[in-house]
Order: sequence, then structure tokens, then C-alpha cells
Amino acid sequence: MRALIIALAAATIALPSAAEERPVELKKAPGLDKVEGNCSGCHSLDYIAMNSPFPNAALWDAEVAKMIKAFGAPVSDADAKVIADYLKANYGS
Amino acid sequence: MLTRRGLITSGAGLALAGSGLRLAPSEAAAGPLDLPAALPEGARSNAVLDALPGKKPLIKLSYRPPNYETPLEYFRTAITPNDAFFVRYHLSNIPEVDVRTWKIAVGGEGANGQAEFTLDDLKQLPSAELAAVNLCSGNRRGLFQPHVPGVEWGYGAMGCARWKGARLKDLLDKVGLKKEAIEILFDGADSGVSDKTPDFVKSIPTWKAVEDTTLVAYEMNGAPLPHLNGFPARLIVPGWTGTYWMKHLTTIKALTKPEASFWMNPAYRIPLGKFPLVARFTSQETAVNTPITEIVVNSLITDPLDGANVRMGPITVGGIAWDGGYGISSVEVSSDGGKTWMAATLGEDLGRFAFRTFSYDLLAKAAGKQTVMARATNKIGQTQTSELIHNPAGYHHNVVHSVTFNVA
Repeated sequence: MRALIIALAAATIALPSAAEERPVELKKAPGLDKVEGNCSGCHSLDYIAMNSPFPNAALWDAEVAKMIKAFGAPVSDADAKVIADYLKANYGS
Repeated sequence: MLTRRGLITSGAGLALAGSGLRLAPSEAAAGPLDLPAALPEGARSNAVLDALPGKKPLIKLSYRPPNYETPLEYFRTAITPNDAFFVRYHLSNIPEVDVRTWKIAVGGEGANGQAEFTLDDLKQLPSAELAAVNLCSGNRRGLFQPHVPGVEWGYGAMGCARWKGARLKDLLDKVGLKKEAIEILFDGADSGVSDKTPDFVKSIPTWKAVEDTTLVAYEMNGAPLPHLNGFPARLIVPGWTGTYWMKHLTTIKALTKPEASFWMNPAYRIPLGKFPLVARFTSQETAVNTPITEIVVNSLITDPLDGANVRMGPITVGGIAWDGGYGISSVEVSSDGGKTWMAATLGEDLGRFAFRTFSYDLLAKAAGKQTVMARATNKIGQTQTSELIHNPAGYHHNVVHSVTFNVA
């Protein structure tokens, strides 16, 4: 799927309506691959940095659950735990 | 599943990252940013000035969906330019609308019939124009203490424009409303990446929908709407927060039951009884909360800016004030920490829904830091709060604004 994403991306950059989205670099730490792979399909990753570092562990758990339950993000239970742990360790209070 | 368009858009960042074209955060910034110190640290370090297509550089909070706020310099006048007007989306698929095929479908079980309106059809209806503030419900969310999650806006998720279009009630009259029609529902062309993401749809009470001032606008400050502000037509709900101002409007439905989808409940709710509001949305009220409705009275000092350097001597404190459509009756300025308040001079009145400029002449007598505060009152006696009314979603921040500048 990642290959598909990269292949399709080339066609996008010329679209006048698309924002010139710059890569958002999150902290390099265990779990970042799951964050990039699961979260960036629907939103840029600056949402995470913007909402930091104030969330406590319960708030990050709630945010991950909201993405899955309210917004329908197709994230496995195992990945959801890795993502929540990454957010708590790197963008939490 | 994720749609192809979503994959395409989302892939751009990954592809760049993979090809070595990384930009360090400092290179990504187009210029210096003076963001409020009260914002979350991550919001401050993550924001950059960035120009979307057709827009001046605005303060980027998120790329996708795009959430960009207007720098304070643009709020020194009552009308906000189209190319500096803030951008706010909930969902990432934002199609360029082709006006040749675009139309608005009007109907629903609360209507007697159905109709479709092209852009030309809209322009054939009697037109109305008014100046009105479009203000994001979460404007100033980033200033909440303690912080609450969401788009961490500073002061600039708002703007005031002259909106021209057809009256919504004229569209509704074409289909006829049944007496059971309690809400009118709106949908736009944007959508989520996953088909499981709730589509962004909003309803307003029928009484609000049929007011003379509720418009389907196709012009903004005398020009077609910018793509990122809702081209070719958006809903204008003067006095109410921006969540109801549906962009790229495609569907209008009269409902006989309250709309129950995600963006009406639990989203965009305020606790019952915490805010001094008049306009109620009773079909949506629960025992504990209610949809956000009208804008609370508020003001913003835009001259001098916080942290500015000014020369000793006479200076003019300037800014804007606004409310939910009752009209601003006064703005007061304090230069002694709120002990005494002096009446500011109000600028031109562009109508009860518009920004109202104000100015106050002050003598900066001593070198050093000087703080000024502004407080607006509206024509029904509502005024700004001195302490934040905290609520979980971070809405209705209208704490008296204060700026501190350096006199030398």
C-alpha cells in the first residue's frame, strides 16, 4: 500500500487545488511507523504536534479511540495500542 | 475503505519524505510568527506562515484538512480581504467544484416538493447583501487553560465579509415547507477520506433558516467565493458561529425529526446554562447540553500588537468588536489593569452582524511596558467576561483582550 501511495503521489503535486503539504516530522521513537501508517491517511500529522504536550495518558487514549470509533479509522487493536503508547511517551504530559 | 483521492492527497508528504526533500521546520517557515504565548507549546512550534492556492500567507495550524488562521494585521479594518480570510475544514477531501455541473438539491421529508438550483438559478432569485462575521466556534481554543484538544486556534479563525446571494427562504419557498419541518439540514461537497467517517452535515432550526438574513451566498466582497471559502456557494448564517456556514453547498433538506448525526451531537455542543445566550436551538437541546448557536460579544485589540515597540507620546489604540447580531453599543478601554474604563470611539457601522472598528487615543507617558485592555458591550447589555468560561470543546472564548507593548 505504501508503494501505491508513493506512486499516486506524483500525480497530485500538480493539482492546483491541493495544498503544498510539507512533510511533518514527528519525534523518531518506537511506534512512529504505526502513527505514520495509520494516521496520515486521513489527516496531516501536525494535528499531533499541535495538540501537545498537554494531553495526559487518558486524553491520548480517548483521542485514539475517537479516531477509530467516531471517525471510522481502520486501525487494528494492536496498532491502536502502539499509537497511543507513542503519543503518551512523546507528546504527552 | 479509504478512497483513492484520500490516498493521493495523503501520499504527498510521504513521497517527499521518501525522496529526501525534507525541510527542516525553520526552512518551512515563511516568516516570523508572533503567536500568543498561551497557546500549547506544540501549536506554537508547529505553526508556520504558508500560502494556500489563491491566498496570502496565513498561519498554518494543520495542512490536511487545511486549517489556517488570519494574522492579526488584517483585523485593523472591518472587512477582511478574501485572500486573507481564514480557512477551516473538518474533512480532507475537498473537490474543486465544476460550476457547469454543480447544483443544489432542495427537498427532504419536511418539504412538499423538490427542486434543483444551478448557480445561474441562484442568481435569478432576488439578491441580498450584508456584512457579517464568520467566526469559527473554536476561535481562541488554544488560549484555554487548561488546554482542550482540537484545532488550537489563536485569535484569527474569523473574518468579516460582504456576502451576496439568494435568501435561503426563497429556495425553501420553491419547494414549500410542511408545518412539521423543524430543522433544515445542509451538506457540502467535501467528504472524509474513509467512507466510515461521518460526512460533515449540519442543521439549523427552521425559524433561523427562514430569516431574511440567512443567505446562500455566491459572492464575497464583490467577487466569487474563493475555493477554500466555499465556492461556488455557501450558507451564511449571520450571528451564528461558522460551523453552520456550510461551504460548497450541495444539499438542503427539510427535516421533520432532529438531525442526530455526529456533527450535531456530540460535536459542537456547549453545556446548558453556562453562557448568556438568547438564540436557542430547542429541538437539539438535551438535559445537559445544547448546540452552539450565536456568537458571544467580543473584541480584539489590533493596534498596537502585543509586544510591539511604540514611541512615547500620543498613540491610538485600535481594534474591532462584534457580537451575535444585536449590535455593538460600546467599547471601553482600560490602561490601568481594569480599574477604570474609558469609552472608545466606534468606527463606521456596517450593520449589526459586522465587525465594528474602535479607537482610543492614549498618551504613553512613561518608558517601559504598558498594558491596555478592551471590553465590548452589545445593545442588549451583554459584555465580555473577565474569567474564562471553561467548556470541554473550547468554544466561546470572550475573555477581555489585553495587549502589552513597550514604550520607548
